[in-house]
Amino acid sequence: MSVRHALLALLSEGPKYGLRLGQEFEARTGDVWPLNTGQVYTTLQRLERDSLVESDDDVEDGRQKTFRITGDGTAELDAWLRTPPDDSVPPRDELVIKVLVAMRLPGVDVAELIQTHRRHLIETMREYTRLKEQAGDDDVSLLLVADAEIYRLDAVVRWLDTADARIKRLPPAGEGTARPTPLTASRRRVGVRR
Amino acid sequence: MTAALTLTQVSKSFGDGAARVDALSDVSLTVTAGELVAIMGPSGSGKSTLLTIAGTLEEATAGTVLIGGIDVSGMSRDDCARLRRRSIGFVFQEFNLLAGLTAVENVALPLELDGVRARAARATAARALDDLGLATRAERFPDELSGGERQRVAIARAVVGERRLLLADEPTGALDSVNGEGVMRLVRDACRRGVAALVVTHDAQLASWADRVVFLRDGRMIDQTATSAGPESLLAGARP
Repeated sequence: MSVRHALLALLSEGPKYGLRLGQEFEARTGDVWPLNTGQVYTTLQRLERDSLVESDDDVEDGRQKTFRITGDGTAELDAWLRTPPDDSVPPRDELVIKVLVAMRLPGVDVAELIQTHRRHLIETMREYTRLKEQAGDDDVSLLLVADAEIYRLDAVVRWLDTADARIKRLPPAGEGTARPTPLTASRRRVGVRR
Repeated sequence: MTAALTLTQVSKSFGDGAARVDALSDVSLTVTAGELVAIMGPSGSGKSTLLTIAGTLEEATAGTVLIGGIDVSGMSRDDCARLRRRSIGFVFQEFNLLAGLTAVENVALPLELDGVRARAARATAARALDDLGLATRAERFPDELSGGERQRVAIARAVVGERRLLLADEPTGALDSVNGEGVMRLVRDACRRGVAALVVTHDAQLASWADRVVFLRDGRMIDQTATSAGPESLLAGARP
């Protein structure tokens, strides 16, 4: 989540105080991503340093500083919105590594391990579903954030289901286990940390 | 309070000897009024068999099945059919509405089969459709309704009258995500009115609407979710 670009987006609507930016960020993301005031001001300082926002120079003591987006800031925001997220190299997923490690460890019931994670994921999905259930139809920000989390968790559950099915079909240890094929460039790339 | 459905050590086998297949082994499960329980498992795990036994469409090889406290083992086919009509509603992936009947006639049908006079059955059915926001679609035939509307009619039919146990097999499988969510909201609403629901699915998103998810594998119950901690638990640790 880019706080930097989210603040630029809020400032593209017009000049705002730092405190108000923090409140609006939380409201627009369905209050799911809390942001403390320190984070807001640190990010604003960096944006100002990079000439993407500007602020009043002559603020009297006790008055809040107003920030506004610059031309460069508008261009940066536009470029960010149109740039696809970098999904070309998968991250090293902790759950994938756990299952891979478990498959090599003697005495570990991989199906039981997968079920433990599946249950936990579905329990989390249930809480997001409750959140949606309690939200009003007009609370679109919250609904979209909850949907995004539910789809993400659902994808992990599907991966676990597939892993479960693949491992179940494996012959017992020592019975014709295939020798791993040599690493190719593309296989290595899958394991590269982003 | 009497449970809407109680399965105790239920097993179901098909075939004999070497050809014997154990579809369900020693499954115990209780669904109480107002509760939505999902059964999850891969293909062949016994989900559909469990649903057909819970719906008295098939008899268990061993164990007991109570519907609203009534033991169905040893019941005659006619008695089972009567209990089913009065107590159990079914919802399937493909809606299973009768094409030649309007929405309201489809919903009224089980009441009429159970001896309720046509006018009274129709009035009850119209109220059930109204509850699900389908009052204006009551006189439409199934092929004049969208997929989401057809499934809502099927849910109205499943909970019309005194039926207090809803059994559903992949009820959102033929719907897009928004309509699927609408259907699950209706099932939750029915549960808030005291209906007990048992839904079988392989879909985690659908299962996440349930109060409790029970996992089946190779015919056995292997696990179930804990009680919901509430959505506020999502924020635990999120605050900086």
